[in-house]
Amino acid sequence: MKRTMLSGNEAIARGAFEAGVKVASAYPGTPSTEILENIARYSTIDASWAPNEKVALEVGIGASFGGGRALVAMKHVGVNVAADPLFTLSYTGVRGGLVLVTADDPELHSSQNEQDNRNYAKFAKIPMFEPSDSQEALDFTRLALEVSERFDTPVMLRTTTRISHSKSVVEPGEPAAGPSTAGCIEKNPAKFVMLPGNARKRHTVVEERLRSMEEWACHQSFNRIEVGEGKVGVITSGVSYLYAKEILPDADILKLGLVYPLPKQLIRDFASRYDTLYVIEELDPFIEEQVRALGIAVHGKDLLPICGELTPARLNKALTAKDVQNYFVPSEPLPNRPPNMCPGCPHRSIFYSLNRLKAFVTGDIGCYTLGFMEPLSAMDTCICMGASIGNATGMTKVLDPEEARRVVAVIGDSTFLHTGINGLMDMVYNKSTATVLILDNRITAMTGRQENPGSGYTLMGEETTRIDLEALCRSVGVKHVTVIDPYDIEHTRNVIKTEMQRPEVSVVIARRPCMLVKRDPVKRQPSLAVDADKCTGCRACLQLGCPAIEWQPDAGDKGKAVINPLLCCGCGLCSQMCHFDAIGVRHEG
Amino acid sequence: MKDKVTNILISGVGGQGILLASEVLSEVLMLAGYDVKKSEIHGMAQRGGSVVSHIRYGAKVFSSIIPEGQGDILLGFELLETYRYLPLLRQGAKVVANDLKILPPPVTLGREKYPENIPQKIRQAFPDTLVMDGLAVASRAGNPRTANIALLGALSTALPIETSYWYETLQKMVPERFLEVNIKAFDLGRQTAASQI
Repeated sequence: MKRTMLSGNEAIARGAFEAGVKVASAYPGTPSTEILENIARYSTIDASWAPNEKVALEVGIGASFGGGRALVAMKHVGVNVAADPLFTLSYTGVRGGLVLVTADDPELHSSQNEQDNRNYAKFAKIPMFEPSDSQEALDFTRLALEVSERFDTPVMLRTTTRISHSKSVVEPGEPAAGPSTAGCIEKNPAKFVMLPGNARKRHTVVEERLRSMEEWACHQSFNRIEVGEGKVGVITSGVSYLYAKEILPDADILKLGLVYPLPKQLIRDFASRYDTLYVIEELDPFIEEQVRALGIAVHGKDLLPICGELTPARLNKALTAKDVQNYFVPSEPLPNRPPNMCPGCPHRSIFYSLNRLKAFVTGDIGCYTLGFMEPLSAMDTCICMGASIGNATGMTKVLDPEEARRVVAVIGDSTFLHTGINGLMDMVYNKSTATVLILDNRITAMTGRQENPGSGYTLMGEETTRIDLEALCRSVGVKHVTVIDPYDIEHTRNVIKTEMQRPEVSVVIARRPCMLVKRDPVKRQPSLAVDADKCTGCRACLQLGCPAIEWQPDAGDKGKAVINPLLCCGCGLCSQMCHFDAIGVRHEG
Repeated sequence: MKDKVTNILISGVGGQGILLASEVLSEVLMLAGYDVKKSEIHGMAQRGGSVVSHIRYGAKVFSSIIPEGQGDILLGFELLETYRYLPLLRQGAKVVANDLKILPPPVTLGREKYPENIPQKIRQAFPDTLVMDGLAVASRAGNPRTANIALLGALSTALPIETSYWYETLQKMVPERFLEVNIKAFDLGRQTAASQI
């Protein structure tokens, strides 16, 4: 195939195709999402969204146990959800090759923490490859699947945002013949049933596997030495390798493709040549600590930052202690431009209502996490997927009944099905009195609008059974389930108010499709306009924080609101906010 | 190894078509025979947020992120977002700026002020600056939503790339029914830039 520009995620998808992967499963999460979206283009692979990462991995394990190659993808925090099966999968090993992609997010561009998942490789005793560009992302995906079968182990492939979402030139290869074991039952309980007697034996297999891999890795081309001027040595991997080449073009580099287990003899031999040796890596001193444990003195986190992304500028500053002198710096403070909920977003009125009702909102992960921002300012906690409901239960246990009534859990439809339902079962079972608001926009919106079991469509776009959220809530024992239209502000507020007062679990489902989903038959309404004669400058409409409503401070005595017709999609929330009937349909001319 | 790498930044507001524009640009550069790397951050409801895309090309490119202060060209889709990323440029860099204001939330709420006279401030620091009304050019082409391609047309005058690569890439990346209007937008953007040099 011809040279082409691929992102790391596209390259991983291509690698999976070339390696004959049969099954791919994932839950969307930035920066991993596009892996499955691209795998879905290859008709030879059964690609699907799972309700969460644990299920995705379990599906992958099943495919592998059935003899087919499998790829499972998730973001770094997704591995926390999948960790339970992962650690035992390390013991069973595989039949068909199995690769788990962990897409980490140094700098937390779109995450709640910046954990370094190389630690999972060591913790779970699973080998981990780390590509440094798209070509390697493709090559290492193929390699990882081969290694998985050769060493009878799951293999992790770690990317970071700069690998996942950067594009570089790739020469794709030809699809290899699939694994010989594709699709047949083979009983082997001693290997696949991990009760203590079997698992004890497998643990010794795991340790032996790591020992033999470590020796093997000393002689593989993915761990390579690039010779420079011979004065300074650098050990590095992943995207840090590229920054090292950029900033230290003359250094000798040991470039590690396999970051666990490390090729110890190769490292010893390399290190012995230099007086000055650097380990250049992002986030944790993962390689550094293991190199130090070999008795080798190195510079690493004594110079480099442990928090945040490494960048060429940060690396340069760390190694040369010189800050970049910018040629131009603005002389005035610039206003920030944080992301915002879209014009017409159905979540907006919910947060407005919660703010007005002075609720304490336990929040969750999704677009609606933006509800914490001004002027809505209506989200008080945010931990991880599914946490909002459990958090609300815990809070109400320590508050007096009057205060407990203020606690409301807010969760999206996809997140509710991810891990929220477990919290709701606990809420009912343990007699919590909190209120749960499910913001059902019928899509996993945050990551770019992926389907989920509540949307009625599969990843391949086929229609499928749609989970009935009302029935689901009732079936776990919730007696009070109400569905509302969040575009009706007054009704929304009244229902939430009533349910907050109720000394029993209640679920309110606020249902309106995401404005950006074209499939759903929401008619885009004509844009609205402010009648300048009627606008009193009271600013009530501004409390929605809608990007389409702009404030003109110099108009009239007190200033006036103006609606940007390019952004407005006519949802009508602002006209409900206006007490002076100043907002209506725009009349041209 | 020390062959010169050229560093291009595209900045603007999430939702303006920055991803497509940087996609088209990097494809064109690859077709022209360069090594290319491109990096951007997206994911967390970036609509409405500040967005910047890095594109680097040359004989061999390592980092996909442009080292601070080494940007050669900035293509800005919105004035404040052009102004914001100027510190990433080197002295003597070229700027192509869309003459468009999109007010960020703190400004629409009346809490912060949008900087005044941004085009003059850019020109003062970077004399090689072109300010173009991308929306007007795109409207002349027949669709205001092609402003991103019109801006690429303006940028193309600053790059040593034959136009055939641009047409080939647009053909590949733009849906057929929008192809004609996009090519027209590209040509008009190119002409507008050429007439101002």
